[in-house]
Amino acid sequence: MTALQRLFRFHGGVKPAYNKEASTGLPIAVAPTSELLVIPLHQSIGGMPRPLVTAGEHVLKGQRIGGADGNVSSAVHASTSGTVVAVEMRLMPHTSGLSALCVVLEPDGRDEWIPRQPFDFRSATPTQTRDYLRDAGVVGLGGAVFPSYLKISPGKQGKLDTLVLNGAECEPFITCDDVLMRERAGNILKGVAIMREMLDAGQVLIGIEDNKPEAIAAMEVAARDANRTAGDSTIKVVRVPTRYPAGGAKQLIRVLTGIEVPHGKRSTDYGVQCFNVGTAYAIYEAIALGQPLISRIVTVAGNVSRARNYEVLFGTPMRDLVALCGPLPDSDRVIMGGPMMGLLMPDDSVPVVKAANCILVGSKSLFPAPPPEMPCIRCGDCAKACPADLQPFEMYWFSRAKIFGKAQEYHLFDCIECGCCAYVCPSHIPLVDYYRFAKSEIWARELVKEAADVARERYEFRLLREEREKQEKSAKLAARTVAARAKAAAALADAEKPAATPEQEAKKALIAAALERTRTQKELVHPENTGNLTPEQQAVVSTIEARRAEIREMAKAHLRQDD
Amino acid sequence: MNNSPYFLKPASVQSVMLRVLVALLPGIAAYVWFFGAAILLQIALASIAALAAEALMLALRGKPVMLFLSDGSALVTAWLIALSFPSIAPWWLTVLGALLAIVVAKHLYGGLGQNPFNPAMVAFALVIVAYPQLMSQWPAAGATDFAGQWQAIFGTRQIDAITMATPLDALRTALHTIEAKTSVAGVMGSNPAIGSLGGKGWEWVAAGYLLGGLWLLQQRIITWHMPTAFLAALFAIAGIFSLIDSTQFAGPLFHIFTGGAMLGAFFIVTDPVSGATTPKGKLIFAAGVAVLTWIIRSFGAYPDGIAFAVLLMNIAAPLIDMYTQPPVFGHKDKPGDSR
Repeated sequence: MTALQRLFRFHGGVKPAYNKEASTGLPIAVAPTSELLVIPLHQSIGGMPRPLVTAGEHVLKGQRIGGADGNVSSAVHASTSGTVVAVEMRLMPHTSGLSALCVVLEPDGRDEWIPRQPFDFRSATPTQTRDYLRDAGVVGLGGAVFPSYLKISPGKQGKLDTLVLNGAECEPFITCDDVLMRERAGNILKGVAIMREMLDAGQVLIGIEDNKPEAIAAMEVAARDANRTAGDSTIKVVRVPTRYPAGGAKQLIRVLTGIEVPHGKRSTDYGVQCFNVGTAYAIYEAIALGQPLISRIVTVAGNVSRARNYEVLFGTPMRDLVALCGPLPDSDRVIMGGPMMGLLMPDDSVPVVKAANCILVGSKSLFPAPPPEMPCIRCGDCAKACPADLQPFEMYWFSRAKIFGKAQEYHLFDCIECGCCAYVCPSHIPLVDYYRFAKSEIWARELVKEAADVARERYEFRLLREEREKQEKSAKLAARTVAARAKAAAALADAEKPAATPEQEAKKALIAAALERTRTQKELVHPENTGNLTPEQQAVVSTIEARRAEIREMAKAHLRQDD
Repeated sequence: MNNSPYFLKPASVQSVMLRVLVALLPGIAAYVWFFGAAILLQIALASIAALAAEALMLALRGKPVMLFLSDGSALVTAWLIALSFPSIAPWWLTVLGALLAIVVAKHLYGGLGQNPFNPAMVAFALVIVAYPQLMSQWPAAGATDFAGQWQAIFGTRQIDAITMATPLDALRTALHTIEAKTSVAGVMGSNPAIGSLGGKGWEWVAAGYLLGGLWLLQQRIITWHMPTAFLAALFAIAGIFSLIDSTQFAGPLFHIFTGGAMLGAFFIVTDPVSGATTPKGKLIFAAGVAVLTWIIRSFGAYPDGIAFAVLLMNIAAPLIDMYTQPPVFGHKDKPGDSR
């Protein structure tokens, strides 16, 4: 039931036209399987998974094709059964137009699952459960795609006060969470029950913007059932005022609990954790059904005649999905996400990935080019709209002037790039672009600085080592000279008694000592790492030498050509 | 093709500036009613001069002329100059003011958004220093004869016949220049320029500005901080001193409804470019202008002090902003505490 929950207000925010009705008229449809699926291995925050398959291999639906790599990473699975055509670089669904390693899968049409069985998380240790979720590829489906297994531990306190479920869905056009809550509320709540148990959460607050009455009603029924089953009343559905970006995790936590989680801090340290409703559903599927994350609900909206939500296999080319919805003839772009924070796609062939909550088709009439940029008049509308309580015009000023230190002093990195400032700016300044620029410049500079630091340390160490070696060498030499001199002196003393010419003997001894010295010196100078090589090492060295020679030749030829 | 966000709120600098001009209309209407149509002539003169100067400077600086000319900022400056200069000042004085504001105070500092000082107030300050005599000849309430005013403006008639000192000037002259023992009450009772709240007629112009200013608040062009802090601080300091010595210091309502106080409160201290921008900073900035205004009015050599007070606080604005940065999300002292 909707509890009378005290709500808090977050600063700023905007109320753009929501345009959500177009895609909520029809129920979720299953998108047909495309002829070729291009499944990027890197679909979450963190390390890129290692490819586990090679070209020519046959895979089953749900089979792991990318293994989590490193502490922060999440597995990737075959979305359907078929043959791996290639594991190669393909264009990624990102504005940069960069390519990354993808598994190209030709479906066999049988859609044959791997053996599936529920995971008994109650008898597993927390680590086992987390490993299971990591290997099931469950990541945050609100758009940030942070690996969920990392968020499913209760933090320092050992237990959680509040589990926040994010059903706010504040971006215009996007309705995938809305329809998911309408149609699959019961299973979302089953996922919530699993998360609640694992996190030992005191209460569960499900925040939904009040412009989704059907979703609220469905979730209330499911929450009532879940509370009855559990015999308590810890799960509450809370209507939150519709105001972008109420669905930002930090903003929703603030609205529901009054707690502000600072930038760079974990919300669990404040006794709160926040998951998207879609993530709760994915956790239900992974734990209760044994199904890894291979599809998601995607809203297709914007400049199309039949906007709708589809259940889409990862790897499906966006253009196949757009084609289902009747794009209008003047469509000129595809955006992944909503109009406030979405990414412009380099091409409509890029695949649907875990982060793709919405495929927004755009046109010049739907999203007209902004009017010419005017100077900032410091009117402060951006500061009034900023949900992070920043002074965007100051950050703009310093980012534009490339005074990045000052921009950081004005909390540049607390900016969540929600776009509210740029949305309200009467001078039409693309403020968020300036912040993205400043952030990337700062990151680049930090990388350069780190590299320089490493290089400097190496250089200093080398100087130190050379100095030490020189000292050791001279110490050894000195010792040997002293020994040789002593020997010579002894020989001289010996020679004085017999008839042989003492001078001759002394000379001989001195020469011998000198020879000995030269020999030892040579030995010391000889580089150590190429001495005493095993035959294998020698072979490696020779191949490298050969290649170097080859390259030298090539370079020479090249240089000649250039002349 | 641009990055996110892909759609913008329909807002523009032009619409902001136009609404500021609209908000000035009630005050201008009262001005015309009580002091004749000369002010309309001055507004036209200032507007033409400001637009011409703006176009010339934009062309010289290689900026898109039509784009910036149509932003309306030069018109706002021009109207504020016309409204703060005497409406029967010679035409060249108003034109000079507009030129100084646009060329020197605005474009020499880098144009729209770059000026550290309020352009209209720079013009006012420079002109009152250079031509104090011409800047203190104001029309008398009810003297609405347009032919006479026209002649005054274009220099064909001796203007003394239709002028009168402003209430602030009358008070200052009576209290400070004449050695005779005059009191505030004495001046108030005897001087024909003084009405029931402020100056005769002027109090209605001020009421017009108040009305327009409230509309700007409703339109969210300005926030409550500046006008409230300005009027409250002026009321407080004038109130305290008139309680201490009511023979030497005029009362708070007189200060608020006289001179440029109401125009200043809603249209001049609220200039975002040259003022403070943080919520706390705005309060400090506007209160500072009010206190300085009162000090200059009560002890200075010039009848009204708003221009100098604004310019002085303009200098302090960056520093005020620096020390009044609001706490950002997650860095507030009390959790659950909202501004």
